[in-house]
Amino acid sequence: MTLELLTTHYNYYAVVVLLGIGLYTIIESPNLVKKVIGMNVFQTGIFLFFITLAFRADAAPPVISDGAGPYVSPLPHVLILTAIVVGVSLTAVALALVVRVYAEYGTLDEETLEGLYHD
Amino acid sequence: MIDHLIVLLVVAPILGSAVPTLASLRYDRVGWSVATVTTLVHAAFAGVLTWTVWTDGVVRYAVGGFAAPYGIELVADGLTVLLVALISAVSLGVLAYARRAGPHANSFYAQFLLLVAGLSGMTVTGDVFNLYVFLEITGLAAYGLVASGREARSAVAALKYLIIGTIGASLYLLGVGYALAATGTLNMADLSVKLADVGYDSTLVLTAFGLIMAGLAVKVALFPLHTWQPDAYTDSPDSVSAFIAALVSTVSAYALARILFSVFTVDFLRAVPAARAALVAVACVSIIAGSVLAVAQADVQRMLAYSSVSQFGLVIAGFAVATPLAVAGATVHLVGHAVMKGGLFAASGIIERETGATTVGGYAGMGGRTPLAAGTFTLLALAMVGVPPAVGFVGKWYIVLGAVNAGLWPVVAVLLVSTLLTLAYFARLGERLYFAEPTIRSEPAAAADGGEAVSTAMIATVVVAAVLAVALTAAVPVVDALLDRTVFEVIAG
Repeated sequence: MTLELLTTHYNYYAVVVLLGIGLYTIIESPNLVKKVIGMNVFQTGIFLFFITLAFRADAAPPVISDGAGPYVSPLPHVLILTAIVVGVSLTAVALALVVRVYAEYGTLDEETLEGLYHD
Repeated sequence: MIDHLIVLLVVAPILGSAVPTLASLRYDRVGWSVATVTTLVHAAFAGVLTWTVWTDGVVRYAVGGFAAPYGIELVADGLTVLLVALISAVSLGVLAYARRAGPHANSFYAQFLLLVAGLSGMTVTGDVFNLYVFLEITGLAAYGLVASGREARSAVAALKYLIIGTIGASLYLLGVGYALAATGTLNMADLSVKLADVGYDSTLVLTAFGLIMAGLAVKVALFPLHTWQPDAYTDSPDSVSAFIAALVSTVSAYALARILFSVFTVDFLRAVPAARAALVAVACVSIIAGSVLAVAQADVQRMLAYSSVSQFGLVIAGFAVATPLAVAGATVHLVGHAVMKGGLFAASGIIERETGATTVGGYAGMGGRTPLAAGTFTLLALAMVGVPPAVGFVGKWYIVLGAVNAGLWPVVAVLLVSTLLTLAYFARLGERLYFAEPTIRSEPAAAADGGEAVSTAMIATVVVAAVLAVALTAAVPVVDALLDRTVFEVIAG
């Protein structure tokens, strides 16, 4: 039973692992760049979740042709294409902010930054 | 043209936001003019749309001609147009304020218009994934605006806001994924039917509810998910503080109510009492914790920020109670809080420019030195506490009455205590302003610099906010009438 779940649902385990790693990195790493990386890993977990939703056993790619159906759902793919664009924009803005913080304070360490803040 | 009105609310500011960036190639300071013209156009569209909904009822629009539920649908009902009108009004007020207060860069106004577009989009959309996209557009513009401050710490605040805000939006997206897995649709109206078919006790539906509400609670800044908010409000320029304090959390709270009533519907709240109880509990904790933290602050703008945590707890509590009175109260308080908190941030900016005072201690004796700004600040603070006839009173009164009708006595107790706590942190400021010896002796050097002086438009903005904080009470029947023209129902009695 457990083995069967593992072999048929490994995508979902990957989603959980990615979400966990991403969230842990955001919370635990004091390095601002690593937080941004964690944010990306977290989002990738969500992307994988959506793509997995679209899957259907023994289905054809969603290009209509004679007798090819059933098809996998094309909708989640389109959604995730949009979400990836959003994710890239967020990463760009985040990195621009990181560059400015480093130029001003000369550090990427959150705890050092807090120390500079409260003096 | 009239048919496309609802989509133009989003398209106009997006197009407008491209202009200042392009104009930067040749001209330096055209941003303000472009933003003002675009916002006036936006206000005109909002006015006509409000009139259409008022006379003809709910407006639906299929983007690109693709019919719902396959295409993206935009929906304007009574609650929508209320928020759209609020967005237009606050944007114009902030522009009047920013004319002198700055920032003056073209890029600032491009982001300003992008934020208006994102907020309008969140308000009019009838599609849960489209809502995610607009949530992120709003977020991106807000992060950029917070970082537009001259000091480096505004970049730190913006980065913190970005990381926490992204987690919130991502949780929302994950919740949408669960709803999609359960129903195979993204249209709000279609979801409300299909979620009921799947069954409200389904694990998928419950998980979707939890994740979506948690994600939006981050954006609304409910305790304990509020940690981005005080820094973002305090470390950004005054115009930005006033703008995002008045609108960003407000529209997120609107989105939460929209999902609650249009997607999950009151039948879900009835079928799953635990979901309603959880929302009410989070809201109540937010009310108390926000107020207590606000009392503990020395910096005035940080105090106002924590006050927002508490006031949004109040709004969400009203929506979660879900009786007609409570929802009307929450809506009135949502709009009223936006006007009052925007005005308070703008007034605190003026007081800082005129006297250099930023802390509760620094406000001592400043009532005489900057009488108009201090007077409006005090008036707005009293309105926020809920002194009749201000709009802050009506909102709270309705929410309390609604909670009494629903028999939720703990909520009633929390609401009444919260009013006392609000009084605690605002009365302290009033006492400092008028009955204490000044701690700041000299006029600040900043006032001598022409760029930092206070303009008539800045004063006018806060005075108008203060007048509205009282006058909006007269508009409460209009809010009631608009709430009759919504696509959703609330728990009767």
